[in-house]
Amino acid sequence: MSATAIKIDDPNVFHLEEEPHHEEGSSTMLGFWLYLMSDCLIFAMLFAVFGVVGGNYAAGPGPKELFDLELVAVNTAMLLFSSITYGFAMLAMDKNKTRQTLIWLAVTGLFGLAFLGIELYEFAHLIHEGATPQRSAFLSAFFTLVGTHGLHVTFGIIWLVTLMVQVSWKGLIPANKRRLMCLSMFWHFLDVIWIGVFTFVYLLGMVR
Amino acid sequence: MRLLRLLLLAPLAAALSACDLVVLKPAGDVAQQQGDLLMVSTLLMLLIIVPVMSLTVFFAWKYRASNKEAEYQPDWDHSTHLEVVIWAAPLLIIICLGALTWAGTHLLDPYRPIDRIKPGQAVAENVEPLQVNVVALDWKWLFIYPQYGVATVNELAAPVDRPIRFHITSSSVMNSFYIPALAGQIYAMPGMETKLHAVINRPGDYEGFSANYSGDGFSHMRFVFHGVDQAGFDGWIAGVRRGGQALDRERYLELEKPSEKVPALYFANVEGGLWDAILNMCVEPGKMCMGEMMQIDRKGGLTMASVRNTMPLVYDKYAGRGKNAAVFGSDDSYVMTICTPLQAEAAAAERIRRAELDSVSAPVSLAPLMGQGLSLQGQPMAALSRSQQSTGAVSTDVRSAPNA
Amino acid sequence: MNADTLIPLIFGRLTLEALPHEPIVLATMVVVVLGGAALVGALTYFKLWGYLWKEWFTTVDHKKIGIMYMILGLIMFVRGFADAIMMRLQQAMAFGGSEGYLNAHHYDQIFTAHGVIMIFFVAMPLVTGIMNYVVPLQIGARDVSFPFLNNFSFWMTTAGAVIVMASLFVGEFARTGWLAYPPLSGIGYSPGVGVDYYIWALQIAGVGTTLSGINLIATIVKMRAPGMGMMKMPVFTWTSLCTNVLIVASFPVLTAVLALLTLDRYVGTNFFTNDFGGNPMMYVNLIWIWGHPEVYILILPLFGVFSEIASTFSGKKLFGYTSMVYATVVITILSYLVWLHHFFTMGSGASVNSFFGITTMIISIPTGAKIFNWLFTMYRGRIRFELPMMWLVAFMLTFVIGGMTGVLLAVPPADFVLHNSLFLIAHFHNVIIGGVLFGLFAAINFWWPKAFGFKLDKFWGMVSFCCWVPGFWLAFAPLYVLGLMGVTRRMRVFDDPSLQIWFVIAAIGAGVIALGIAAMFIQFAVSIINRDKLRDTTGDPWGGRTLEWATSSPPPAYNFASTPVVHDADAWWDMKKKKYQRPLSGYKAIHMPSNTGAGVIISGLCLVMGLALVWYIWWLAALSFLGVLAVSIAHTFNYKRDYYIPADEVRATEEARTRLLAGTEG
Repeated sequence: MSATAIKIDDPNVFHLEEEPHHEEGSSTMLGFWLYLMSDCLIFAMLFAVFGVVGGNYAAGPGPKELFDLELVAVNTAMLLFSSITYGFAMLAMDKNKTRQTLIWLAVTGLFGLAFLGIELYEFAHLIHEGATPQRSAFLSAFFTLVGTHGLHVTFGIIWLVTLMVQVSWKGLIPANKRRLMCLSMFWHFLDVIWIGVFTFVYLLGMVR
Repeated sequence: MRLLRLLLLAPLAAALSACDLVVLKPAGDVAQQQGDLLMVSTLLMLLIIVPVMSLTVFFAWKYRASNKEAEYQPDWDHSTHLEVVIWAAPLLIIICLGALTWAGTHLLDPYRPIDRIKPGQAVAENVEPLQVNVVALDWKWLFIYPQYGVATVNELAAPVDRPIRFHITSSSVMNSFYIPALAGQIYAMPGMETKLHAVINRPGDYEGFSANYSGDGFSHMRFVFHGVDQAGFDGWIAGVRRGGQALDRERYLELEKPSEKVPALYFANVEGGLWDAILNMCVEPGKMCMGEMMQIDRKGGLTMASVRNTMPLVYDKYAGRGKNAAVFGSDDSYVMTICTPLQAEAAAAERIRRAELDSVSAPVSLAPLMGQGLSLQGQPMAALSRSQQSTGAVSTDVRSAPNA
Repeated sequence: MNADTLIPLIFGRLTLEALPHEPIVLATMVVVVLGGAALVGALTYFKLWGYLWKEWFTTVDHKKIGIMYMILGLIMFVRGFADAIMMRLQQAMAFGGSEGYLNAHHYDQIFTAHGVIMIFFVAMPLVTGIMNYVVPLQIGARDVSFPFLNNFSFWMTTAGAVIVMASLFVGEFARTGWLAYPPLSGIGYSPGVGVDYYIWALQIAGVGTTLSGINLIATIVKMRAPGMGMMKMPVFTWTSLCTNVLIVASFPVLTAVLALLTLDRYVGTNFFTNDFGGNPMMYVNLIWIWGHPEVYILILPLFGVFSEIASTFSGKKLFGYTSMVYATVVITILSYLVWLHHFFTMGSGASVNSFFGITTMIISIPTGAKIFNWLFTMYRGRIRFELPMMWLVAFMLTFVIGGMTGVLLAVPPADFVLHNSLFLIAHFHNVIIGGVLFGLFAAINFWWPKAFGFKLDKFWGMVSFCCWVPGFWLAFAPLYVLGLMGVTRRMRVFDDPSLQIWFVIAAIGAGVIALGIAAMFIQFAVSIINRDKLRDTTGDPWGGRTLEWATSSPPPAYNFASTPVVHDADAWWDMKKKKYQRPLSGYKAIHMPSNTGAGVIISGLCLVMGLALVWYIWWLAALSFLGVLAVSIAHTFNYKRDYYIPADEVRATEEARTRLLAGTEG
């Protein structure tokens, strides 16, 4: 590497003798990070929309009437736990322990499913009571913001299962490690978004 | 090609002088100031545009490859002096223009009451501006004159040199209220009020129209604006009064339906509170007014009981547009009127008591409403008030109840 | 189950009614169907399907994808222009009680489709195509960072275009104007399939655009040749970088706002409705938060193109490289602070309006600096008036006028009288045609020899140029005048007969532009026929300055036989000055990505899903969605995504080029 560095400084050298060794997928992390930022922008828009119409209850019930904070707290815990277990999976991956990685991934997936289950229960309950997305702009924004996050978690779980299959098939090869890192970023990103949802939608809704 | 362009330009210049550039030569003081600002800004920018264009042509000609006389400096790519000039020159112009913009925007803010009739003539102190409430309908304009108690469709008149205050809203979609000869435009939006202050200085008949596309009949959404002297205006008002028709809620709901190329209509009197009801989107009987809804929302909404307090829109204002509900949505189109929560509780208790007494009679009227200007006469309040009780069986009753 | 319930279950709201009845559309459909059948027949007869599939549809080569983007853009350009001609005719005819030849239902679709197609399916693909082709070559890379994604992005854009085209023949397109403001675009006021076509076309194409933006940013950041620091990047690469940053930071906004509109229309939510607390003004704000950066997404790369052309044909280093770069970056940032100038008339209040008015004017400062930089690049140069240079001069003279009228519209009181008027129409066509389109024509003439190995015919290029430039002014100067006469946009019929002459002039202008377009296609045809006479064997026909001219024309699949090392912003100029000799031995095997059909298949499924959603065919939508998911997952199980071009093959290609170069020199 140092040899090429010296050559580059020479103003009369115009090409490399050796093919530079581009590590495969060297741009993947940057690219995925860019994707996450674009996704973050979508959430930013949904938050902004919630900020604008979140108080428009259309003479219907507001957050205090609708939200069950304890349930949401349990839900938040599920997602936070899943993030921690994903962290353990990544630690296991660094040590090249395939089996351990798979187990932690499975635990992560279960926590994710629990989160989804609770969220679906909450939605079903609200809709059953008549608090549908159609009832007011506030409910539209609420269902859309929380639902979009839920959809992301769903895709995260599908991806997680796919990766588990691939890891057990090919082992912890560099390509799979890269994919696990991407999913890791995705999963933690969803966690951060949820913190925003929990604070901005639920907690702030209870005090306003 | 240059010659060609010149040849084309000559008749263009002749044609230009013949045509009516109403934006630059309007008949109202506000539009005149806006047009003047346009001219001043253009001249200011030409200060830099003209040199740039001439230099482009000059450099392109002078440094053409076939001109071996011209200097050639292939590696000259930087000059701090020049860089400073090319950033500073536009900057200076923009500073001037920015100052002009800031002052002009505040001075000509459509929400700001005008303080002069024309250059050098301030508004006299005792003059009350003429108020016109404007409603953009599908696809015609309704003008209500609250000071005179009359209304017109697709015809507007105002006395010259008297300030006019427009309050503008729309019944369905976004439009833009624009009379080029009078003043700049402002959007007309449903459930919202925009304002425009203006004055007309020269008598004449001017064209007004919607400047924001609003559907099929948009092209014909035009009206005549008469600028007339005081006597002419009084005569015009008298003429409107002779029209004889009254504009009440029912007539308005009829009028609101989509129609095109509507000739001018005169209404000799207007039901009280109609404008407020239009603005608050609650002309339909039983519909909650925006103002009331917003007031409730500001207080944090209502209890769960209110969640089914919605109704399908029976009255079909969308007829001309083929109104559809979203495929996975509900048919409910609006929130019903409601009383204060306290009254709702009282009403519920009252109903239970009556039910216990097994007396089947309509509940009392729940006046007064918080809704702005919604009169209660002739409304079947029974159907409305019952919904306050619970979300149970009764409310399903309400949902299927005919909505007057 | 009887037929009355079964048929809607299978076909949703698609009925025979949806097929065209009006003679114009019917005739168009017949022509398109016959033409399509002829094309398919010819491809089958000459057994070209396999070739197309292997070499083009599934390719991950950024050059071929770039060319496919250009083809898509040019095809859609013909459609968009046909719409324009129809509008011009209608407006020139519909006077004095005449209804013209188009009814409102038809005319309103045409102006909506014209706007949507020209922005999303002409300007975007053409700009993306140029970036895709040139950027990796300019930075000395073998391909983009994510070659598969590049292929997928292209096919998603194409799927969007197909959806728009489908609306011409089956059902209707939106009748809302190109930004589909609610409540008009809500289900209550636009119950048909038009707005749904609009939504799904943009949504699917938008995915492609966002991904291609991510791809190009990663490429520019990660794959530059050794020695090419940020301040040694060619200006076109710089402007491409800024454009793609804008894409990634603005298209998600469009995705989100369209998704909300979709929910309003499909699920009955109340984001932008009048009742239930919805707020239509929110849509207007959100769509313009995307919409204004979009304008700069279109124009910035062309600023880059003009910078390359100015220095190449003046035979001179670009004047003020650093200030050019800073100007680009400043424009990028400022473009997010001006969105409200599109609706001063919504009643935001004087202070808000003046803030956005002044930020808008501030953008004209870096833009002005750019104009001056090109001007002083010409100064003391040796200007060769080849076609790209002609377009540059036409651009500079046209664009400054458009810029000036733009700043006028940024003065809120002036905007109150000109908002939505034909003056506004003239303004943005002045910058989009005078800037984006002229830039694209310059770029096509400039890089065509690189892509195909022969120059474009100069005579027909001149004919096109001489039709376009006066044609443009003939078509749009009358609209400036009409705007000042208080005529508003999107009008179908007019009362005032004194306006007609201006519309007639504008229609004649559009006719002259049509000749210009025809001349351009003739130029392509003539050049292809005479390609041997126009052949360029050097790979550097214009005396180029940047790396793309260092390789052969057309470049080999691997772009550069050995990775170039860069010492200057004008890397190739620097090499030529120092008498660089390309290596004639020591070729190594080259690592390249392999082709894949996954992009075509997934995009095809997305296309089906989009159409199914437009027509409420739920089973098909669900099925194609599952298909997308399944194919995507299956694609991730393919771990063999690359191959090596053997050293022998590289040697053979390079030696052929050596002989060719010797031939021209000898």
